[in-house]
Amino acid sequence: MAQQDQIFPPPPPLLTEKPPFEYQLLKHRAVPGFAKLDVYRANGGYKGLERTVTMQPDEVVNEMKASGLRGRGGAGFPAGMKWSFIPKVPGPKYVTCNTDESEPGTCKDHELIENNPHQLIEGVLITCYAIGSEYGFIYVRGEFARGIRVLKRAVEEARAAGLVGKNILGTNFNCEVIIHSGAGAYICGEESALLESLEGKRGYPRLRPPFPAVAGLYARPTVINNCETLSNVPHIMREGAAWYSSFGTEKTKGFRVYSLSGHVERPGTYELECGATFRTLINDLGGGAWKGRKIKAFIPGGSSTPMLAPTDEVLDTPMDFEGIAARGSMQGSAGVVVIDDQTCIVGAVLRLVEFYKDESCGKCTPCREGTQWLVQMLHRLEHGEGREGDLELISDVGGNIAGKSFCLLGDSAPVPYNSALKLFREEFEYHITHKTCMVGPRAGKQLAGVH
Amino acid sequence: MIDNYSQKLKERDGEFSLSESARQEIIELKNQYPSARSAILPALHIVQAQFGFIPAEPMEELAEILGILRGDVEQVVTFYRMYNQKPVGKFHVKVCDSISCYLRGSDELIEQGLHKLGTSLNETSADGKITLSKIECLAACASAPCLQVNDEYVYNVQPEDFDEILDTLKTAEKNPYFIP
Ligand SMILES: Cc1cc2nc3c(=O)[nH]c(=O)nc-3n(C[C@H](O)[C@H](O)[C@H](O)COP(=O)(O)O)c2cc1C
Ligand code: SF4
Ligand code: FES
Repeated sequence: MAQQDQIFPPPPPLLTEKPPFEYQLLKHRAVPGFAKLDVYRANGGYKGLERTVTMQPDEVVNEMKASGLRGRGGAGFPAGMKWSFIPKVPGPKYVTCNTDESEPGTCKDHELIENNPHQLIEGVLITCYAIGSEYGFIYVRGEFARGIRVLKRAVEEARAAGLVGKNILGTNFNCEVIIHSGAGAYICGEESALLESLEGKRGYPRLRPPFPAVAGLYARPTVINNCETLSNVPHIMREGAAWYSSFGTEKTKGFRVYSLSGHVERPGTYELECGATFRTLINDLGGGAWKGRKIKAFIPGGSSTPMLAPTDEVLDTPMDFEGIAARGSMQGSAGVVVIDDQTCIVGAVLRLVEFYKDESCGKCTPCREGTQWLVQMLHRLEHGEGREGDLELISDVGGNIAGKSFCLLGDSAPVPYNSALKLFREEFEYHITHKTCMVGPRAGKQLAGVH
Repeated sequence: MIDNYSQKLKERDGEFSLSESARQEIIELKNQYPSARSAILPALHIVQAQFGFIPAEPMEELAEILGILRGDVEQVVTFYRMYNQKPVGKFHVKVCDSISCYLRGSDELIEQGLHKLGTSLNETSADGKITLSKIECLAACASAPCLQVNDEYVYNVQPEDFDEILDTLKTAEKNPYFIP
């Protein structure tokens, strides 16, 4: 197969002839060349847009509401409701697609844009139509250089076929789709920072209100949705809300692309119906812990969500917003990171928290200073230089970041530590009393003074 | 005062001016957006593609094309990680060391690479070919450990692969990991 037709990042092996859930968002895995317009169209592509342009914009918003689609970027806000907040005022309105994907453990948007670009472009066009926008921006993290090339090619193909630009599908709907590249900053995934960045500034989050629906990009009404959220939209418009809402659970409809990474036999992105269990994802598809080991803990929805212990009760939890919340964590970005029993939890937590220190935008003091303190203290602990009382001190510092920061990045920074401490307190204490790891390759070795 | 500053930057960075094709690309970009300033980030990628980093002089040219201040451009250059503020090797190898890659051996990869190159982190090899750095999550967590060579991905990098990658890059003219 030509390299261009291969799927990147490489998908996990298929264990059975058919995938565990009939591909919807990941249809490109079944049909070679899916990034090309003719192949996409031959498989139902742009049928959703064709139907959309025969409807009134309000009807499209209502269809979206009826589908029950909820945001895939993290918070799970109902997409149709978000669109309905756009005021009916004259003048420009905008749609921005959040493809900044940078939350550790999350890699679904990456596969979607590199292999199924038209699905997203169609979703953006439908969203623009529904809210009366003539501009759809796809904000892609700069590191996705190939994804950006693929998307740009797809836009040009769509333009040549009368699907982007003026008089789309022969109607009076005009819409430009602009592929915009970021330049490396996790904070730009936060929606108001994304807007600042798209305006050509540093990615500092904005004070809210006003919310983007009222004053977003260039201070105009703006819808911001995640890449996977908008990739669902063509399917809903093609097959109808009733079809879509027949998938999933009571409050979380549809299907979802889960990223499974860490210490499993078969890491990969897996498309499943919303509400499939962790057991199905981690054990049945992922093959459980690698190297015949046991799972010690896992992160259910990207690094900002509290880690969970793999009890039977937890493994049988349906992966939807409510199910995971009931276990004390969050669905987040659906990035599941598995940690095996040979891993020192202190080291893993240090690595998790370092991310927030590195990515703190520096706008507010609790997060800018606090994340540095957290890392310093965890570093000390990890390297056998922890002191009596450090655990309380770290909790204290964390408590001074969460709830006192300007945006959710700060609130998330102490999450890995807090959740790990609850589950593995004795391992943290062991680091202080024995100056070494309780488990893992360095267990029993003197660490003090080693860096 | 300002001229003095410009002069100093030129002394620091040397003489660099945007190629005609880069200028043209930037002007086209600018015309796409409702507001010219929105083109800064992608335009800076074009600048970096030409020079390998963002020298002072093109920042001024860029500001002029977009009708903004040089300070506006500088602010952006210093905020976003992808812009190199000083030259790096021909191939910038960035190994992800966030959680999923860490769990599958990224720290060991980095150590191995530095040992092989005989450099320290962010330092360029003597032949100017390779700079090895760490980077936060590249959103390829299910293909861990992973890395980028300039802006192109390499997935599931095992220790023996990494030696091979570095050997390949030592003699490569173009980025061998580029897929259109
Ligand atoms: C620090 C931070 C980083 C975020 N990163 C992303 C991201 O990379 N992609 C994303 O879609 N949403 C991200 N979000 C959530 C967005 O702010 C926003 O809620 C989302 O894009 C809305 O889209 P949705 O309703 O379709 O989920 C992030 C939020 C925070 C606080
Ligand atoms: S909480 Fe952190 S990332 Fe958010 S605004 Fe404050 S410094 Fe920036
Ligand atoms: S943790 Fe390395 S790519 Fe996400």
